[in-house]
Amino acid sequence: MADVAVESGQVAYKDAARRARVASSFKLRDTSFRWLTLAAAIAVLIILGGVIASLIQGSIPAFQAFGFGFLTMQVWNPVTDRYGALAPVYGTVVTSLIAMLIAVPVGLGIAIFLSELCPDVLRRPIGIAIELLAGIPSIIYGIWGLFVFAPFLQQYVQPALIGLFGHVPVLSTLFAGPPYGIGMLTAGFILAIMVLPFITAISRDVFNTVPQLLKEAGYGGGCTTWEVVRFIVIPYTRVGILGGVMLGLGRALGETMAVTFVIGNAHKISASLLAPATTISAVIANEFTEAVSDLYTSALIELGLILFVITFFVLAVARFMLMRLEHQAGR
Amino acid sequence: MALYDSRRRTNMIGLGLCYASAAFGLGWLIIILATLLWQGFSGLSVAVFTQMTPPPGSGGGLLNAIVGSLIMTILGVCIGTPLGILAGTYMAEYGRGSKLTFVVRFINDILLSAPSIVIGLFVYEVMVARMGHFSGIAGAIALAVIVVPVVVRTTEDMLLLVPGQLREAASALGLPRSTVVSRIAYRAARAGLITGVLLAVARVSGETAPLLFTALNNQFFSADVNAPMASLPAVIFQFALSPYKQWQSLAWTGALIITLAVLVLSIVARVLGSRGASK
Repeated sequence: MADVAVESGQVAYKDAARRARVASSFKLRDTSFRWLTLAAAIAVLIILGGVIASLIQGSIPAFQAFGFGFLTMQVWNPVTDRYGALAPVYGTVVTSLIAMLIAVPVGLGIAIFLSELCPDVLRRPIGIAIELLAGIPSIIYGIWGLFVFAPFLQQYVQPALIGLFGHVPVLSTLFAGPPYGIGMLTAGFILAIMVLPFITAISRDVFNTVPQLLKEAGYGGGCTTWEVVRFIVIPYTRVGILGGVMLGLGRALGETMAVTFVIGNAHKISASLLAPATTISAVIANEFTEAVSDLYTSALIELGLILFVITFFVLAVARFMLMRLEHQAGR
Repeated sequence: MALYDSRRRTNMIGLGLCYASAAFGLGWLIIILATLLWQGFSGLSVAVFTQMTPPPGSGGGLLNAIVGSLIMTILGVCIGTPLGILAGTYMAEYGRGSKLTFVVRFINDILLSAPSIVIGLFVYEVMVARMGHFSGIAGAIALAVIVVPVVVRTTEDMLLLVPGQLREAASALGLPRSTVVSRIAYRAARAGLITGVLLAVARVSGETAPLLFTALNNQFFSADVNAPMASLPAVIFQFALSPYKQWQSLAWTGALIITLAVLVLSIVARVLGSRGASK
């Protein structure tokens, strides 16, 4: 009897020891896994920090040489080693503006079509097609722009534009010069086609957050479809639409391959939209591997820093607005 | 009655514009795809997959570029995916609602659409400039930096969809948290996680800008990740801007291959994702 008691006590003791061992191994695994995931989450922050830090470090020589004058100088001359960012920054801003002027109304139109007008059978296929198109690599748009769209513009559209606006006071400067085919207008248009799926997809999602009740109330009050869209759907989703537009703008500003093919790579600022120009990303893509002097490389990296800072702010505003909308929807 | 008419007119004009913009926008996208198919298929042959990129003026294929793209994409995804999944796990499992999660999500969303050429500059500064030469591994790292935000985003979203009761049931059995995550949450969200990785693959396989000054390009076959490596997008960039007809035709074919690969990947990801969501 006593033996059994002692034995079972031993068993219990062994059991407890084993349990403690297992529990402690669990605990070790638990804490290490937890720290591992935490480290990975922090690594995401480190990547962003690393990008900013390395760009700043790389642009120090250019900043020392040119100071803030870098932003206002138009000259870009590798021979005399003098560089200014004005022309690429101007090209980036103008091409993105052209893209937004085209893509925002068209994108919103498609989104309204998809959420209010489209027959149910087509809604899903078209929606999916647009989302798939958002994933097409930008180099495809670039190569199409170079081989198909630019020659088409050069032959038919640009001569017509020059002829049409040649004698109108302000527009004649915007559409002046020989029709090269490539240039700011072409690049802006290609960008517009490229960001169109992004803007459409986001605005459609945003439109779908409008409560059915509000729309039905509008229809019940005798509104036409257009009035429901104009006075109920769009006001309700204002913030979200703006977020989507900013997101598209962020894409357009930083886009490289679609633009590099058709911008023309000319370091000058011209009033004419038909003239070849350059953008920040196109300059970097074209010249970085050819940059021989350290100052040249550094100037290109400083351009990259400027681009990153601009897009960072645009994207941050976009995310902030979309987040506010989510907050609103969750309430 | 006049008011009624004018409202009807406005309605017709507004809706007409919506229809027109849908036709306009979708029309361009269809034209682009049609041109791509037309031009790409006319250059497609067995030689494209078996021969090296040619010197100007002679025939050849894209073998070295395809292999280079595959190597760098696979390496980049293999490096970026674990990091992305772990970070997403922290955000959905451990730090749900914490300040750090909020900040990481915000920064991650910005990285998601940050200009990829800047990522190339970053990797150039950090790796290429230090090593003194361009290399395939630098290209892979640049792609990995692009993979991470995509995977983080989908991992977090998918883990948040896993019902809390599953985790509670597992915890009630006495399983430690790490086992609950790896055996229960990961399994429940498996389809979604795979979708995220496939989307990341689709995203990076067409990336050109970050490869231009990390992996550079290589006219010859090379599987050495320490040497410059060819990739499909970089070859397309070089060939399309050249004056040679054969090179331009190869560029179209390369573009077609990339597009088809990306489309197939996205469709598979979508099917998997919707199956996972409906389960």
